[in-house]
Amino acid sequence: MRPIKLVPDNTNIAFLRWRWVALAISVFLLLSSVALVSVRGLNWGVDFVGGQQMRISFAKPVDIGELRTRLEKLNVGDVTIQELGNSQTMNIRIPLVGSGNPISKCLGGGITASGQALDSNKIATKVRGEIVKGYPGVNIGSVASVSGKVGCELFSTGSLALVLAMTGIALFIWFRFEWQFGVGALVTLFHDVVLTFGFFALTQLQFDLNVIAAILTIIGYSLNDTIVVYDRIRENLKKYRKMAMEPLIDLSTNETLSRTVTTSLSLIITLAILLFLGPDMIFGFTAAMLLGIVIGTFSSFYISNPVLIWLNVGPNSFLASTRNENAERVTKPEGFL
Amino acid sequence: MLDFPRWKVVLVLVTIFIGILLAVPSLGGASLARYLPERFAATKINLGLDLAGGSYLLLEADTRDVEKQRLEKMEESVRTEMRRADPKIEIGDISTAGGELAFLVRNPTQVDTAVDLVRNLTNGIGVTGQRDWDVAVRDSIRIVMTPTDAGLKEEVNKALDTARTVVAKRIDPDGTREVTVVRQGADRILVQVPGLQDPEGLKSLLGKTAKLEFKLVDLTADPEQVAKGIAPPGSQILPYPDNPGGGPTIAVQRRIMVSGDQLIDASQGFDQQSNAPIVNIRFDGQGGRKFARTTQENTGKPFAMILDGVVLSAPNINEPILGGQAQISGNFTVESANELAIALRSGKLPVALKVIEESTVSPELGQDSIESGVLAGIVATLALVIYMLLTYMRFGVYTTLALFLNAILVLGGMAMLNATLTLPGIAGFVLTIGAAVDANVLINERIREEVRRGRQALQAVEFGYKEASTAIFDANITNVISAVILFWFGSGPIKGFAAVLAIGIITSVFTGVTFTRLIVADYLRRNRPKTINI
Repeated sequence: MRPIKLVPDNTNIAFLRWRWVALAISVFLLLSSVALVSVRGLNWGVDFVGGQQMRISFAKPVDIGELRTRLEKLNVGDVTIQELGNSQTMNIRIPLVGSGNPISKCLGGGITASGQALDSNKIATKVRGEIVKGYPGVNIGSVASVSGKVGCELFSTGSLALVLAMTGIALFIWFRFEWQFGVGALVTLFHDVVLTFGFFALTQLQFDLNVIAAILTIIGYSLNDTIVVYDRIRENLKKYRKMAMEPLIDLSTNETLSRTVTTSLSLIITLAILLFLGPDMIFGFTAAMLLGIVIGTFSSFYISNPVLIWLNVGPNSFLASTRNENAERVTKPEGFL
Repeated sequence: MLDFPRWKVVLVLVTIFIGILLAVPSLGGASLARYLPERFAATKINLGLDLAGGSYLLLEADTRDVEKQRLEKMEESVRTEMRRADPKIEIGDISTAGGELAFLVRNPTQVDTAVDLVRNLTNGIGVTGQRDWDVAVRDSIRIVMTPTDAGLKEEVNKALDTARTVVAKRIDPDGTREVTVVRQGADRILVQVPGLQDPEGLKSLLGKTAKLEFKLVDLTADPEQVAKGIAPPGSQILPYPDNPGGGPTIAVQRRIMVSGDQLIDASQGFDQQSNAPIVNIRFDGQGGRKFARTTQENTGKPFAMILDGVVLSAPNINEPILGGQAQISGNFTVESANELAIALRSGKLPVALKVIEESTVSPELGQDSIESGVLAGIVATLALVIYMLLTYMRFGVYTTLALFLNAILVLGGMAMLNATLTLPGIAGFVLTIGAAVDANVLINERIREEVRRGRQALQAVEFGYKEASTAIFDANITNVISAVILFWFGSGPIKGFAAVLAIGIITSVFTGVTFTRLIVADYLRRNRPKTINI
């Protein structure tokens, strides 16, 4: 019995020949993402804008219209009710009145007054009381209540974490490789993050704190691919000093192609299973991660690699570290098992 | 490649053994855990509130409240100090507007003495020599006291410390529940109560400051003036919502007969005549004597029981109350009387708290999440194992072993750090399984490549491991960077995700590289194969 090989041996695909087409696609997707986010906007979760979110299981099917009328009578703001699977489990979302887009609200310096913070939790109490009174036997699965102030804080720390992670990773790659590689990684990250935002604007899946965690993980895994190829490019740059950059990058990509496909497929399998069988409380989180793996694989071929050509990486980029030119192999980092 | 030093083999095996021991209690092996040494049986992964069910509340103290109280206290001290001075210093025009205390010294020659006395009321803070109040003289007769930022900060800090203790006592009077009450930042308290279905009772319990005071009702007040909100000198108007015979307000004397600070016990009970729910309280020695004296002096007059600035009831003192025991009556239900008793027992909150974030998950929903998470984990592992076996044959078996070991070590690592498993943490766990494959894929693919280049089995494996290591190292560092940042900035569930991710990265490199190399070397040494099927 022979092992299965999804990627045949010794592939020789001229990936970079299509780089302008790929770039056009990327630019188109990036522009659409930006347009989607600015026109349609994101479906901000209550963690960022403040408000209440409840997941409720009723003893018997209920009429959404009636439930809505009942809650709207409490005069607590816009009530969004969504069925989860059947008409017995509902997701109720009530953002704080006057809460819009956390970007303008929180970064504009206009932190909500604490008076509103007080109201926020009172609303949760009111809504909970009304539901328990109106529907005997109801089971309140979860309640999340966030004041405007806390929402802003979560939003700012989330954004900060994202920026820090991106810079930190780019700096590490600059340190381990060369500055061109660092720039390549940063551009790739930027590309992946913007497309993920676009995906959330398109699907209107809820954009909450979990999604920030998902994006940070996507960043990590998208870079896995990039680094593996970069690592091979570095190795080949020292091995084939006369080879032109374009065929060299193609060679490196082809050499690592089987690994990229196998790993990406493993992650896609895992995430797809988690998406369909896993807890539905983290559906958005898993969806973002799944999409991120796909985007990340694409961008490691067509964003991080062409950047190296555009930034004129050549055999001399590693001159400082190739004093020992006769050595065929790079030694592994010290202290590594 | 083949000659693994003996100590390294031992080290790897010992690590694996300890990891398995640590993981056993968390794998639901309560019966197994009994046979383990106590050190291991005690380590267990905690379930986050989103899985175990429970309530998370973030409380914020109203620091303006502390500021206000501090001004009032200082005003009181200044009045007393000036009255006691010899000769007495006449002051007037006292104001607390603008967050500072200002007053006029009537006799200009006494200003210097007054300033000295007032200075004595302030305290130094830390070692910098800074005071908690600034004292200044304006227009040569007006003394102005401004609270310094450092002083205020210290006061808020003290208030929050006390508040934390009080909150903990209120939520968990017997100290038997696994509640977490910790301070967060300068003015916040974080409360986590596992297993709680409905936090409304808890919220109303924490919403009370429970400042209890007994004051005499001012009978000289003119009802018309009271209705207008004008109090006679030395008295104040307080709301009295349950007033049986009159308006919603009542005039009481400012002087406190006795306060809730002097309580030693409070419990819910029933009134002997009307059978209505009441709260029985007992004063300490000093409080009891004070209460006895005032009730003796004022027999036949009404007094007001005031909770958080609202009059609960104003009964007549029928006879002197000497035993240090009293009962608080009001419009109570059994629950609200019980709640008040708990609040009084735990002492009053030095500052009002409000809930600024709440997250509650019912235990049923948490259980659902665990079940579907575990199911997804098992199915994903199986799918990956099949994929790996088909792709890498013998080396797929090693990868499979590494995968299972990795799963156990992640659990063991979490148990060792007493980490909390949250819902995103389960996702992180499943993702770790996927990522653990990556190290092996990198190695196996490299071995394939080397075989293709015509290397002998042994050499191919050796180069495979050596070359792949650089890429594995670099790639995992980026994941470490995101995990650390997530852990730093994340809250609650996200932190759980970061913890799993960080532990998973370490264990996946260990199992994927070190552990498989050990068993591959063993295979090569025993069989000396010419070619390998990969």
